[in-house]
Amino acid sequence: MGPGDFNFLQEMLKRESGLVLTEEKSYLLESRLIPVARKLSLNGIEELVVRAKNGTSPEVKKAIIEAMTTNESFFFRDIKPFDIFREATLPYYLDARQNTRKIKIWCAAASSGQEPYSLAMILNELGPKIAGWNVDILGTDISTDILDKAINGLYTQFEVQRGLPVQNLVKYFDKEDEHWRVKSELRSMVKYREFNLLDSFATLGQFDIVFCRNVLIYFDQETKAQILARIAECMPPDGLLFLGGAETVLGISNLFQPIPKLRGVYEVASKESGPSAFMEHPAVAAFAS
Amino acid sequence: MKSCLIVDDSKVIRMVAKKILQELDFETVEAEDGQVALDLCKNQMPDAVLLDWNMPVMDGIDFLKNLRQLPGGDGPVVVFCTTENDVNHIQEAMEAGANEYIMKPFDGEIIQAKFAQVGLL
Repeated sequence: MGPGDFNFLQEMLKRESGLVLTEEKSYLLESRLIPVARKLSLNGIEELVVRAKNGTSPEVKKAIIEAMTTNESFFFRDIKPFDIFREATLPYYLDARQNTRKIKIWCAAASSGQEPYSLAMILNELGPKIAGWNVDILGTDISTDILDKAINGLYTQFEVQRGLPVQNLVKYFDKEDEHWRVKSELRSMVKYREFNLLDSFATLGQFDIVFCRNVLIYFDQETKAQILARIAECMPPDGLLFLGGAETVLGISNLFQPIPKLRGVYEVASKESGPSAFMEHPAVAAFAS
Repeated sequence: MKSCLIVDDSKVIRMVAKKILQELDFETVEAEDGQVALDLCKNQMPDAVLLDWNMPVMDGIDFLKNLRQLPGGDGPVVVFCTTENDVNHIQEAMEAGANEYIMKPFDGEIIQAKFAQVGLL
């Protein structure tokens, strides 16, 4: 691939999806776009670029963006954020939202659905504790292909063996030939929609808890700050943001502050000094000790 | 260093599992069927057992049931590793006292993920 094609793809990906593709990661173009060209019966990346450039094939552009922004996911990935969600976050919100009995959760890069379904499993395990509660989980992703997979909830044997305890496999999945499908009760707990984090958040609504893990790493500083600002706008003062292990808000945004001892979890910054209601909750204090 | 008993009648599978487990810092012992594995456990309980289902002499499920009856037999973490991949087999294994379940084919990532899940890593 010539430098002209690389520059075109680099600019297009930045403009359309915010993805920053450095030259060191140019190998990703080859490994991810050659299969796309093959699928579209095109003669390699060069022809893919020609089609994307002439603007007459929007589906080519979309396929390139989807291929470059789709990242692997697995159930209970990194485990710790899910422990925090189960042991600290949910006990806090079950107390703090007693009046409304509503909790809204957004997985901002839902990918093939493993993260939102992992959260749904944790919620389901609460049983009678959340009876009568209205807990919404919204999963969004820029890729419609990957969201189709999430909606179908159909996973390979390999995928259900990475991170998913076998007890959860038999409880929440049905076997279909060589695949495993998430049971309809669990699938119905999650709503999905296509969404580009560069677009306006106005139509999304408000969320108590936002999972935006392993996404910001692909954006430049300015885009990261803009996305964090828009996330903050759609959260209440006691909202919580979960980022990936290699991500932080420090040096990027002062709208969120890290929660001591809960790595990867940030709360909406407050003007008041002292620990927040979340940090003072007994379950949170116990988990963090 | 934790120990893992690899029980499988396939020499190739034992060899692959041994390599993966040694990279995860396990000391490994091998058995080609459930009876040999049971005799080894009577002598010394391992920390973990990676267990095939279909084997001659004594299969994996009978080994597990016998193991859990032995003094100290509730100690080892048992991870089934088998081509049996239907819900009934998984449930039978869990009821017999298995801690986790791997469906073959497996690779290093799956073994590592499952062993981490049950607290072995």
